[in-house]
Amino acid sequence: MDGPVGELWQPAPLRLALRPLARAFLPEATAFSEHDWQAMAELVGGTLAGKPPRLLRQLGLFVRIIGLLAVLRHRRRLDALPPDQLRALLESLERSPLLLIRRGVWGLRTLIFMGYYTRPEAAATIGYRATAAGWEARR
Amino acid sequence: MTTTKHYDVIIVGSGAGGGTVAAALAPVVAAGMKVLVVEKGPRFRQEDFTGREREMASALYGDSGGFLTADGTMTLAFAEGYGGSTLVYTGTSLIAPERVITGWDVPGVTFGDVETRSRKYMAENNVHLLADDLINENNRLFLEGARAAGFHAEQFPLNLKGCRGSSLCNLGCPNLAKQGTHQVQLPAAEQAGVEVVTRARVDQLEERALRVTVSARQAGEKGAEADWPAGRYRLTAGTIVLAGGVLGTIPLLLTSGLRLPAILGQRFTCHPAHILVAEHPHEITNDVGHPKSYYVDRAEADGYVLETCMYFPFTTAKNLTGFGPAHSALMRAYPRLQMILVLACDKASDGNSVGMSAGKPVVNYQFSRETIQALVRATRASARIFFGAGALRVHAPSANPTLIEARDAGRVDELVDEQHFLPGRISVSAAHLMGGCAMGRTPTDSVTDSWGRVHGYPWLRVADASLFPDSLEINPYLTVMALADRVAEGVRTDLGGMT
Repeated sequence: MDGPVGELWQPAPLRLALRPLARAFLPEATAFSEHDWQAMAELVGGTLAGKPPRLLRQLGLFVRIIGLLAVLRHRRRLDALPPDQLRALLESLERSPLLLIRRGVWGLRTLIFMGYYTRPEAAATIGYRATAAGWEARR
Repeated sequence: MTTTKHYDVIIVGSGAGGGTVAAALAPVVAAGMKVLVVEKGPRFRQEDFTGREREMASALYGDSGGFLTADGTMTLAFAEGYGGSTLVYTGTSLIAPERVITGWDVPGVTFGDVETRSRKYMAENNVHLLADDLINENNRLFLEGARAAGFHAEQFPLNLKGCRGSSLCNLGCPNLAKQGTHQVQLPAAEQAGVEVVTRARVDQLEERALRVTVSARQAGEKGAEADWPAGRYRLTAGTIVLAGGVLGTIPLLLTSGLRLPAILGQRFTCHPAHILVAEHPHEITNDVGHPKSYYVDRAEADGYVLETCMYFPFTTAKNLTGFGPAHSALMRAYPRLQMILVLACDKASDGNSVGMSAGKPVVNYQFSRETIQALVRATRASARIFFGAGALRVHAPSANPTLIEARDAGRVDELVDEQHFLPGRISVSAAHLMGGCAMGRTPTDSVTDSWGRVHGYPWLRVADASLFPDSLEINPYLTVMALADRVAEGVRTDLGGMT
């Protein structure tokens, strides 16, 4: 079973569920090293550090609801659900008729993407090469 | 302890509006008067512009680029720093359409006046068309695709000097090539004797006064030290010009305690936008070269504008709909991606507004049916342009499925439909924040007169995009400068006929 990534950052439910959620949103996370997880936790936790307590409570509650749905639908805890099944659950939620639910999925995925794609290593992996030197570096 | 200072004119904000007013008040300073610019953000130095996405977004953008509308369905982008949002724009310099200015119906604000003032700043900011050999394939494919799909594409005039093609405009140019107010108007104003204080947050607007807090630079923070010692200040002035942008100016007015027109904060517009992405069979130059060379203007006929664009990895990931393997595959195709920004020309309506909640600015915005339909039409047009340029597949947020394969190019109208525009699921963003302090005739239809003077308060003026009575339907910075030039002229007249 996966442990929480990083220490102390809030909301705790997201900290505890970061690994399964990241693997569902981002296939690259299935091959993450412990260093990658720590980097993601630092980026996500750092971003959330400045957010209002009300937003953090909402986000934490939303992760708990996903966990509850995982148990109701699959009889498994969120962190024991295979990425494909969790992804299917999240896909159903992102098409929910309730705006709050759709927003919740959008917010979670955006945090996970931020925790990966803002890293220079990830940018290099996808072939992003922009530099200040511009054309001089390419011609 | 609070330090008190007095100036003849204080300008709040240093972007396209504030920077322009500051430079245009040079004659006032030459006549012995004192002019101050109060800027919330720092002065960035060239070495601060690293091009790293998260680092620059945190340093430059309000709320690190993550400011959301009240219902969380749209991200609003605006910058804070010496130069304001001119630090992060792409430098596209278009004169406002005549039909828009005429449609605003503000006495004295004629197309001729706006055009003349705009041209003055085009000359001052070195606006020109980019040479052909500096245009990358992301832009060339747009031009080719537009021609193939039957659209008329035009080249953007840009305000560049020494552009090396870093493609990093929206993260602050590392080569200082964009001729924003941080490069042109503010240095000229300071040279002429205008004072600028950075890292200075205005806490309260009072009768002919401002309560300001200056903060010291924290360890590890980007930007130069504050110009004044950290602390609290009470600044009095004969004239105050608010130019902090929609989310700076309107909150200050709303919390001022002044008796202001009830329409304050209402009729906010912002050109809601999607980023559309298409995958080509081969690599293209996309993350090198100026990102925004061409556009298709369908504002008058169809309510939208298409612009070339290229965004950074996280911004791209965030703006693609969905997640999982399909999302990841598209991200890994980054070197083969072409991008188009589609902007809807949303009309001002009473429901869309800027207000305050728990001491923070809040933007209430609902997508109207017309705006959604404009985005859908724009998405269909973009898909045709992408396929006309040879794309293998197109990612369209308001399509089902979101990925349209080339074999389905003939079914674009069927696949892209407003029923698939699901707010909260798809990413919508806006960087052209406009309205809320509209110019007009009386306090019932507007907040200011045609010279940006707030009704009932001759010492108080506004000089930013919040003056727009309705959507501009093009990129706004040049029109902001033109209107700010009018405001400065009004101030000079007030101060003794220094026109």
